[in-house]
Order: sequence, then C-alpha cells, then structure tokens
Amino acid sequence: MTARTLFEKIWDEHVVASPEGEATLLYIDLHLVHEVTSPQAFDGLRLNGRTVRRPDRTLATADHNVPTDPMSVPIKDPISRRQLEVLEENCAQFGITLFPRGHENQGIVHVIGPELGVTQPGMTIVCGDSHTSTHGAFGSLAFGIGTSEVEHVLATQTLPQQMAKSMSVTVEGEVPVGVSAKDIALAIVGRLGTGGGTGHVIEYRGEAIRNLSMEGRMTVCNMSIEAGARAGLVAVDETTIEYLRGRPGVPSGEEFEGAAQRWRSFTSDPDAVFDAAVTIDAASLTPFVTWGTNPAQVVALDGTIPDFDLMSDPDQREATERALAYMGLESGTPVRDISVDVVFIGSCTNSRIEDLRAAAGVAGGHHVAPNVRALVVPGSHRVKKQAEDEGLDQVFLQAGFEWREPGCSMCLGMNPDTLSPGQRCASTSNRNFEGRQGRGGRTHLVSPVVAAATAIKGRFATPDELIA
Amino acid sequence: MKPVSIVEGRCVPLDRSDVDTDQIIPSDWLKRVERTGFGRGLFGEWRDDPDFVLNHQEYAGATILIAGPRFGTGSSREHAVWALMDYGFEAIIAPSFGDIFKNNSSKQGLVTVVLDARDVDELNHLIKEEPARLVIVDVEHLRVEVPEVGWQRQFALDPMTRQRLLNGWDDIGITMRREDAITHYESSSLAPTLEGIFDDAGHVR
Repeated sequence: MTARTLFEKIWDEHVVASPEGEATLLYIDLHLVHEVTSPQAFDGLRLNGRTVRRPDRTLATADHNVPTDPMSVPIKDPISRRQLEVLEENCAQFGITLFPRGHENQGIVHVIGPELGVTQPGMTIVCGDSHTSTHGAFGSLAFGIGTSEVEHVLATQTLPQQMAKSMSVTVEGEVPVGVSAKDIALAIVGRLGTGGGTGHVIEYRGEAIRNLSMEGRMTVCNMSIEAGARAGLVAVDETTIEYLRGRPGVPSGEEFEGAAQRWRSFTSDPDAVFDAAVTIDAASLTPFVTWGTNPAQVVALDGTIPDFDLMSDPDQREATERALAYMGLESGTPVRDISVDVVFIGSCTNSRIEDLRAAAGVAGGHHVAPNVRALVVPGSHRVKKQAEDEGLDQVFLQAGFEWREPGCSMCLGMNPDTLSPGQRCASTSNRNFEGRQGRGGRTHLVSPVVAAATAIKGRFATPDELIA
Repeated sequence: MKPVSIVEGRCVPLDRSDVDTDQIIPSDWLKRVERTGFGRGLFGEWRDDPDFVLNHQEYAGATILIAGPRFGTGSSREHAVWALMDYGFEAIIAPSFGDIFKNNSSKQGLVTVVLDARDVDELNHLIKEEPARLVIVDVEHLRVEVPEVGWQRQFALDPMTRQRLLNGWDDIGITMRREDAITHYESSSLAPTLEGIFDDAGHVR
C-alpha cells in the first residue's frame, strides 16, 4: 500500500462519498459550537424545517463574548446577553449539551475539548472558529468553518471538502533554554508568512515538536491559521496517550488500552511524501514578539523594530510603514525599550495550566509595574480551579495581576475586556490585527513567560532580567 | 442562495495587503444574532477616515472590490462576507484570499476572483484612471473584462464552486440527497460520540 501522511489517513477514514467531479463528502466526528458563529446557522435550520442530525456529536460552550467578571455581576451589554440566551435556547431546542457561563465545564472551546478528553486522535473536528486547528495537536484533523458550514454540519454531520495539500514543518533539534512553544509558533508563522500555509494542512514534526507537552503542541497547532493553513497536526505518541488517560471523554481500563492501540496508528508513514516541506533549526530560536499588525511580523525580543527604508519590495515597505504608524513605533527602536500599558495572559493559544504555571513562576515574588494593567484569564473553569488548587491565583494576585473568570476575553475584545485607543498590550493571544483587542489598540504577541516578565518590568522583558 | 452568472458594475481599489476579517468586520459586530445589517460595520476601523477609499464619492455604488494579496485571512467569521454583500459588493478581485473566507464567500454567492498580482495592478490602474469604468466579472466564462479599453483576463475557479454560483445551489439540500451514504458510513464509524459522558445538566457523570 502507498505510504500516506497522517492527514491522508484521517481523510481516507472519513470519506462518506466522493462522486466524480464533485467535492468529497467528509464525515465530521465532533462539532464544537459557541455563541458567535452559530445563531444564524440554527435560524437556517428552523427556516428550512431541518434538525440537528447528531446532537451526540455536537457540544456547545459560551466563550467569545462572556464577561470575565464574577458571575454575580450581570452582563451589562444587552446584545451580548441576548446572544448567550439565544445559544441556550438553540441548544435546548435541538438537544445539544451546553456549558453556559459559569458552568464547571465552561471555557474556551479549544481548551475544553482537549481537557474533557472529547478531542481524540484520528477524529475530524470542526468549529465555527479558525483556531479549531488547536485540536490537531492530538493527531486529529481539525479546522475552522464559517456559519454556512456550521449549518451544514448541524444538518448532515458532513461537509463537502476539496482535499488540501500537505506540508511538513520540521523543527529540528532542541530549543534553547527560555524558548517556549509560543516562540516556536511565532517563528513558524514568521517564516511561512500569513499566506505560506494557504491551501495546506501542516504536520508539525521534528525533535522540538516531539519534546513539547500536549499543551505546547496545542499552542503550535493553534497558530496554523496565522500562516494561512486551516489545519495543523502532530502525530500521536505516548505523550498524546498519557495526556488523554483518565479524562472524562475517554474509556477506562482495557478499553482505553484498546483505543490507545488504535490511536498509535495516527502517524505519517515513514516514507510518506508531503507536497511541501519546511525545516527550522530549533537552536536558532529565541523569545519572539510581533512588532506589526499581522502575526508574521515577528522579531526577536533582543532585536529592534525593522526599518522600512531598507526594504526593497515596495509592497512590503508600504505595509511595514503602515503597520509601524498604526503601532506608534519608530524603526530601529530596541524591543526591550518599548513600554506597555496592558498585559493579557489568556486565549486559546496560552491559557492552559502549564501557561499559568509558567507565568506565575516568573511573576512570583515580584510586582506588576506602576501604570500597567495585567490580566490573567484562565482558559476554562477547570483550568481556573486547578490553578487555584495550586495557589497560582494567590501568586498572581499578590504580584498585582487581576485573576478573572474564563473566556476568550481580550484576545478579540468582544467582551468588556478591551484596550483603549493607543494602548499597547503584550498579549499571549494569537492575533495582532488592527483593533483586534479594542479600537486603536496595539497588540504585541508574546509567550506567557515574556508576558509575565513584561508586566513586572513595564516594558518588553524576558524572565532572566528579573533575577537580580 | 441566488444564482450569479455575471457581476457588472464599477470597482473600488482597496490598495492594501493582508486585510484580515477583523478589518472587514470588527468583532464588536459579532454579537448580533441576525444575518443582515452588517454593511454599516464594513471596514469599521477605517470608515471614519474621510480619506478611506470607500468614502470617495467617485467610488460610491461600486459592486466590485479590488483588494491586495491575502484578502480575508484570519478569523472564520462569515460576518465578513455578509458585511461585504450587505454593503453592496458582489465580487472581490485579489491576488489571493484566505481559505476560510473564500469558502464562506462561495456559500453566499460572493464571487472571489483570483488574478495575478500584475493583472490586479493593471486593473487598479485602469480604475484609478477612470473610476466610472464598467467592469464585468463573468462566472460562466471565467473572465474579467473592462470593455471600454478591451482589457480581458481569464481566471480559474474550481468547477464545483462555479456550478454552485451559476445554479445558486443549496449545499445542504445536495448533501441530504446522500442520506443513505451518510447512514451507511455511520453504521461502521469507530469514532466515539458524547453519549454517556455528561448528564442533562452538562456535568460529567
């Protein structure tokens, strides 16, 4: 049999029909739903007298617009409140399990799937959210879809799909001390550019990827879409299996071992051929930060803001000049000289327990700089509870950070956690687009440890600077 | 959706690369549960600027947007497509598009036309020279034309998308005709379901 990539194996297992001259009809094993991209899809079902085909393959949570105030504080924005109510009504009408605001299992959709163990190897997973690629860390084919496709999956549990091309991104060797999964992700996006992965499914490979924990792999897969790839995945290994063991969604005992044995087949064959291949030397990586208004505009924390006058390509020069004007930055400024107003630790990229442990490890015993607002928003109630059991909330609070309720929060500023015009933010999220965190806000993407050190110093910093 | 075979109208040249879907429709607009009315939020961050090209009188009423490379990257929000269409755009011409945006567009009947960067530049030039120039996007013959100057370019579109646009097909209706194949697939699927994991209140059993 021909050698196949992991992507091809999962694809082949999910083909419902592949009629001549038409798109392949692909079966979807798990559909994750949230309040923002689903209301119009449910309306569509009602309008056409259709129903949800597989409520047992559909799971919903409130995440994008929920405030991160305590539950005792009512939602002030009537439009936000209405959207959350509509999600509850839709889930009740169509028999879908929902974790509403405040529920013990509620959280960011890409945090709760893995932590509940409902994200499993070899599955096809979709959600009306481009960061669905996160679940690819489990060796599953997971990608974001629009609302029309949400409706399609609700009605049929399938999607017509054109097969994407495959790309391997190999991060060879070991990363230097102080380099985290987020830095690997930023390096990859910087290397590929915002369009480099378009039309491809990326498989992340190599020693540096293998050495990552599941949470680190999720961080890397999460940002696949920032390089234009709808999905990114990592082959299953013992790290994957040990992460899943004991989670609510997986079987126990012998049944688990049986499932694990099947999961181990979700790797690319040794001589599988990829349509494109990129290699990155892990030893060359360093803590990174974005300087511009797209996630490929990346520079080393030790570096300086790029000089557009030196760029030969007129389009790149113009884009850089525009980005720097928006960001209020001068070419040649050392990154470490740039001060920040806000630090945000959270989002589906970096809000899991290891992220919070890493940030707390840096912040402990220090205090947030004067005039800096620093927020920690755990990815889910389960993450929040675990962090509190470990005393991380106290570490953050004593260091002057806010400890908030779970949700997407300041990653996209749909809830009240937003930047004011001109405010500069070091953020562990995934997008530095203009206005992403609030109109006129300036976002710099960083890792959790850099975010924590930056909050303490009040300017971009790495943890080693705090060791006096 | 409505069938589209020809889009005929004036253009707006949006001379920017990497216009992500957050720029097309800011997240504040995503709280709405309706499918209409998003046109007012289109390019929300830029619309207040009188110099922004959409505010130039000579481009009022245009139905075709000429954009830079990687238009519609980022978030999967279909609201971006609804906003462009609600504003009055029926086709977008660019050197490249974000995958999810392109896909979402095809579901709504918004035509996305990929032309070489050089051809997009030429078209931009023709429009800036004379904003009133009529442009035709012909989905049937996969052709963009500026009849007044005899400028013509072919473009590629996958055959399924083209058929869907020309016929205004409803994807869900088509898929539902394959009910037997779906049921057959489900009968042998090994993938776990959520059955038995949560109780009625969503707590782990």
